Amino acid sequence: MKNRSLVSITDYSKADYLRILDIAEEFEKKSYQNLLNGKVLATLFFEPSTRTRLSFESAINRLGGKVIGFSDANTTSVTKGETLYDTIKVVSNFAELIVMRHPLEGSSRYASEISRVPIINAGDGANQHPTQTLLDLYSIKKTQGTLENLKIFMVGDLKYGRTVHSLLMALSEFGATFYFISPDELKMPTEYKMYLDSCGLKYYELKDLDDSINQADIIYMTRVQKERFSDPIEYERTKNAYVLKRDLMNGVKDTMRVLHPLPRVNEIDTELDDSPYAYYFEQTENGVFVRQAIISLILGLK
Amino acid sequence: MKYNILEVSAIKDGTVIDHIPAGNLFKVINILHLENIENTITFGTNFKSAKLGKKAIIKLTNVFFKDNDINRIALVAPEAKLNIIRDYKVVEKKIVEVPDEIQGIVKCVNPKCITNFEKVTTKFTIVDKKKIKLKCHFCEKITDLENIKRV
Repeated sequence: MKNRSLVSITDYSKADYLRILDIAEEFEKKSYQNLLNGKVLATLFFEPSTRTRLSFESAINRLGGKVIGFSDANTTSVTKGETLYDTIKVVSNFAELIVMRHPLEGSSRYASEISRVPIINAGDGANQHPTQTLLDLYSIKKTQGTLENLKIFMVGDLKYGRTVHSLLMALSEFGATFYFISPDELKMPTEYKMYLDSCGLKYYELKDLDDSINQADIIYMTRVQKERFSDPIEYERTKNAYVLKRDLMNGVKDTMRVLHPLPRVNEIDTELDDSPYAYYFEQTENGVFVRQAIISLILGLK
Repeated sequence: MKYNILEVSAIKDGTVIDHIPAGNLFKVINILHLENIENTITFGTNFKSAKLGKKAIIKLTNVFFKDNDINRIALVAPEAKLNIIRDYKVVEKKIVEVPDEIQGIVKCVNPKCITNFEKVTTKFTIVDKKKIKLKCHFCEKITDLENIKRV
């Protein structure tokens, strides 16, 4: 992985994922390690993102590195019309590695081909967000003890949600069975179902969030956004149909955990937060360890 | 009176592109930049074709293509055949081949793709050679046949 950019989850192999998860486990045991020792890393956030940026910056700081960058493109020369090409050319002279989020899709791949230093994609529009996927894998492995042969329920917006797509691609390496629960307008796209077919993996499409979840090892919730619906009446009808509530938890497995990439709106009832099944806040903490692992592997420090 | 089968007149030297799907004639013209060619060009469309239903033909006087240039049309006319004509005789026949990858030529259909904002040469892998589906190297979205537009 040394010096290799991480743009898309499929850039890395199953062996790479497992290596990252192993190293992340080391960081979970001892998070503060002065591996970067004052090295300068850049976080370029052309689009605001609180959680992801803070998680990366926390990871870099815990490794003893220094961060340069911006959290809002409006305070940079981008407003003067500077191209991404020029920004990346310049910043790659200032830092050992660039963490980048950008609203345009493909921007991160493009940057990785311009930059002298590796790029970590922290989200390029609706396309990819691979560090989220790796922290999801870490959270699943940590709570289930394994990644192999799990029953994964994905709920909500399965059409536009980049996190569910990348997670599906990654978990397909581990023989998962998928259950897709979504309104008709937001179903898992055919290309992903065809991909699962080609891997010989089973999946089921369900319309209702009901006691079928009793089989689940992981329930991965996503936000259903109003602007995704062509028909506002349809939105009103479905918005409450995909809400995870405490009374749905009566028959679930003890080991089942609920994940969510956050931010949450109303799709997980807050009364679930202090139940043993809620794992979405711990999930964010895992993100720091996983990002520490990715950074140190790319920089050849592990 | 019985019409002659030859509906477009023969050329002495040049290239005949046959078996173009009738609906894609203008896309082929577009991709090959034929609007900039000063030589005589005749084209016809909606000819009966056993294979394609309706086909189009382009005849170009004194124009000869390089393989790389002609393979660009494979995206919209995967079954096209080229006849190279010298002195009214077909001296060579070529078929177009759908390449594994194409650079430039086609625009990415995704309005949020970086290639539609910055001066980036587009790049696609052809993930389905039959139905012609192009996967953008940058944004990873699929551009399919109906949406192919020239850069």
